[in-house]
Amino acid sequence: MPPPTRPPVTERPVPMTSVDLSIALPEILLSLWAMVALMAGAYFGKDRLALPLTWATVAVFALVAVMVGVREPGAQSAFGGLFLDDGFARFAKVAILAAGAAVLVMGIDYLERQKMMRFEYPILVTLATVGMMVMVSADDLLTLYMGLELQSLALYVLAAIRRDSVRATEAGLKYFVLGALASGLLLYGASLTYGYAGTTRFAGIASTVEGGHLAVGLLMGLAFMLAGLAFKISAVPFHMWTPDVYEGAPTPVTAFFATAPKLAAMALLARLVQQGFGGAPADWAQILAVLAGLSMVVGAIGALSQRNLKRLMAYSSISHMGFALLGLTAGNQAGVKATLLYMAIYLIMTVGVFAFILTLRREGRPVVRIDDLNLLSKTQPMQALAVLILMFSLAGVPPLLGFWAKLTVLAAAVGTGWITLAVIGVISSVIGAFYYLRIVYLMYFGAESDPLDNDIAPSQRWLTLAAAALTLLGVFNLFGMEGAAAIAAQALVH
Amino acid sequence: MLNLLSIITFLPAAAALIGAVFLHGEDETAQRNAKWLALVATGATFLISLIMLFSFDPSNTDFQFVEEHAWIMGLTYKLGVDGISMLFVMLTTFLMPITIGACWGVKTRVKEYMIAFLLLETLMIGVFTALDLVLFYLFFEAGLIPMFLIIGIWGGKDRIYAAFKFFLYTFVGSVLMLVAMIYMYTQAGTSDIPTLLNHSFDAGPITLLGWQIAGGAQTLMFLAFFASFAVKMPMWPVHTWLPDAHVQAPTAGSVVLAAVLLKMGGYGFLRFSLPMFPVASDLLTPFVLWLSAIAIVYGSLVALVQDDMKKLVAYSSVAHMGFVTMGIFTANQQGIDGAIFQMLSHGFVSGALFLCVGVVYDRMHTRDIEAYGGIVSRMPVYAAVFMLFTMANVGLPGTSGFVGEFLTFMAVFQVNTWVATVAATGVIFSAAYALWLYRRVVFGQLIKDSLKSIADLDTREKLMFAPLVAMTLLLGVYPALVTDIIAPSTTALLTHYHAANGTDLGSTAEAVTHAAAHAAPSH
Repeated sequence: MPPPTRPPVTERPVPMTSVDLSIALPEILLSLWAMVALMAGAYFGKDRLALPLTWATVAVFALVAVMVGVREPGAQSAFGGLFLDDGFARFAKVAILAAGAAVLVMGIDYLERQKMMRFEYPILVTLATVGMMVMVSADDLLTLYMGLELQSLALYVLAAIRRDSVRATEAGLKYFVLGALASGLLLYGASLTYGYAGTTRFAGIASTVEGGHLAVGLLMGLAFMLAGLAFKISAVPFHMWTPDVYEGAPTPVTAFFATAPKLAAMALLARLVQQGFGGAPADWAQILAVLAGLSMVVGAIGALSQRNLKRLMAYSSISHMGFALLGLTAGNQAGVKATLLYMAIYLIMTVGVFAFILTLRREGRPVVRIDDLNLLSKTQPMQALAVLILMFSLAGVPPLLGFWAKLTVLAAAVGTGWITLAVIGVISSVIGAFYYLRIVYLMYFGAESDPLDNDIAPSQRWLTLAAAALTLLGVFNLFGMEGAAAIAAQALVH
Repeated sequence: MLNLLSIITFLPAAAALIGAVFLHGEDETAQRNAKWLALVATGATFLISLIMLFSFDPSNTDFQFVEEHAWIMGLTYKLGVDGISMLFVMLTTFLMPITIGACWGVKTRVKEYMIAFLLLETLMIGVFTALDLVLFYLFFEAGLIPMFLIIGIWGGKDRIYAAFKFFLYTFVGSVLMLVAMIYMYTQAGTSDIPTLLNHSFDAGPITLLGWQIAGGAQTLMFLAFFASFAVKMPMWPVHTWLPDAHVQAPTAGSVVLAAVLLKMGGYGFLRFSLPMFPVASDLLTPFVLWLSAIAIVYGSLVALVQDDMKKLVAYSSVAHMGFVTMGIFTANQQGIDGAIFQMLSHGFVSGALFLCVGVVYDRMHTRDIEAYGGIVSRMPVYAAVFMLFTMANVGLPGTSGFVGEFLTFMAVFQVNTWVATVAATGVIFSAAYALWLYRRVVFGQLIKDSLKSIADLDTREKLMFAPLVAMTLLLGVYPALVTDIIAPSTTALLTHYHAANGTDLGSTAEAVTHAAAHAAPSH
């Protein structure tokens, strides 16, 4: 092993000031809210307070999202460089908060009907969200790890929140054991990186990368960290947990797993490789390319035989993460922009689909098999139409949003010469189209079956319809998401 | 009018939106309103497109009625037509009211059915008018959604299999084209089709996985586009989705599929493959010509043994599309003019043949040729109409079918005599299957009890057939109606193509075309 090159450690402890606190104000506010809600819940009637607490949390999320969104542009560093609030972080935070709020809203009716409305639920979601916001703002390996663990611990508990269900408990335990392993890998990678770079600061690591290639030790460190993060975004070959956890966890929790944490981990991955290892894109692009290619293919093929909607969505999300990684593989600003846009569009579609899955009941009991969708268009025409639009969008058929997501990552990949990978991607999207089409076919020309319950909560109905409308109308101007993603990417890659 | 093309393109979609918002219920009145809305909308679209036809200047080979607006991701919303695309727009707007007429008898989910067709019309016209790569792809692909639903919801017994096969076959071809489009964008820095038409893509040989590829990037891009258009055409051996889709689709769906959707492949070859990848096109000409010849012979032979009327017409489409690809890739004036003519003619003739099948299917609910025989004594008008289109399908002089076949044959004879010889045998087989079908269905003794009370064409059906009969005969005796509009643009295309390849255009080409076009009626 060559002796590691250590830059002189010049960072002295910087006293914490009120400026630091104001930069991290959104996270602090959310944490305070979680504490207040916990106290309130513990002192006043516990689960009777669950419903108002959930709605209040949605309001707090919306408030904080606006707060983050209207911040003046430019990057601000806090706590001596541990925490960074830039355009990239703000984009990710707004998306995370919006997705979190949407998931909270869509779950209410389901949780009430299934008698699972607990006051811990919104609090855990809040804490997980704080963790994600810290993750996307991390400018240091330690902040990264802290945010990730805060998120993960909250998610472990959420997965097992239905204590009396064997499946949910199994899902929670599985998620915990594998998640802990991934965290271990990540931590090991971080310590290797620290050992070879002499610093945990991203900028410091970047300064040790010379000549476009990483020292062996740094490469090992990066590989371990990427493995840990690949687990969080459920990229193949670290995806095994996803179908089981998606299936076992209560559906509102599954909806949460499928949305905000995916974006947070993807954003974290982007920041780590671009800011920490941006000097050697060739080294990590290969790793990401393998992850992307495998995820796209395995996700598409794995979903073919799934009859359970939640498992199907698990494989679907694996495939979509592969596409999002395709953008990062490009290793340039266009690629980061493409990935962010992809993730934002993925969130919209996933929120719509899960809001729909939560409404599926027959005589009060939730159903999640795709055969239960038979001829849904007869009894619930609007819902069926919305899901039709969402399914074609997930398959990447123009003019729907999902097509633009695929187009932008493919353009980024082809633009940097990853043509074979792009071809693998489009072929797997054709394979994937099959199972999305199957849902459309069942809804519109399937066999006769007992109709599903028709009393759908307005919140769920409107979320599905709104997601479908956004998916359809995005063709005009993508609602400015493109510009926002461009600004965010600019902040990350100079 | 500055937005003429946008109006033509989006008028049907606007009508679909109105229908979706304002029409409710499944009762008789609601169904009638939906049908009339669709008919009025498609009719109005046709009338507006006539304005475009009459103010179109054929001698100008640039794009006309161009509209351009900034759009997302650095793309432009750009529409325009030239001599090549003009008549395809007209074909679409002309056929859509007839198609709507053909679905007058539908009873289930009428509103949705009409909306699907109106959206489909917008997307089809968009394919022919789009002047931005991604905009073209958008229209090209989005058309799969309504067609998937039309086959799936209103189709026959095996509709699920047919709908999936249709969608996935076409999708897999198109996504490869998408990658090639993105590559073109990264190479040329623009997605503007008029600019790309004049961009020469690198054709130097490259080595891939140890294989030396002549024509390099052009060949790879050509093959990616080929994957999409060949499936759409459809060319042998990727035609297998077509018989399934046709058989299972409702009558109106079959008409649109045969008359317009198949033409997108041919249009794509003319708009993209030939002018943008001339070197690769030239390299692969023998390959495409032989595939076409096989398609002609194979399609005709398979049509001969069908016992389902729709399947027979579907295989005859495969054969006729073989003439189109053959004509296009001869890369001379007669060939390309003939291919475009053949596409337009096939639009009328095959559309009409599917309507003919639909007419008896509506009455007897079977498409088995065996179930018919001797209906001439009960349906004389139908027999006459059916005869005309059968003859046009065979390519009888005096009908539009003759001109296209004759021109493409003349063209291919100059380029490759063997292909011409093989393809010519297909013509004999086509006469065999078409006449045999006609004999078995129309002539003979009327011995089947079920046929004794079959009624002749009613007024609605006569109105549907009348314009098709008129066009088939008119184009048959006066082909200059078409060739005058397309010739300047196709000449420009060929000049560009041969300049890029450094080959000889063939100075007599245009003279021969006109001679042939004017000679046609006297045969």
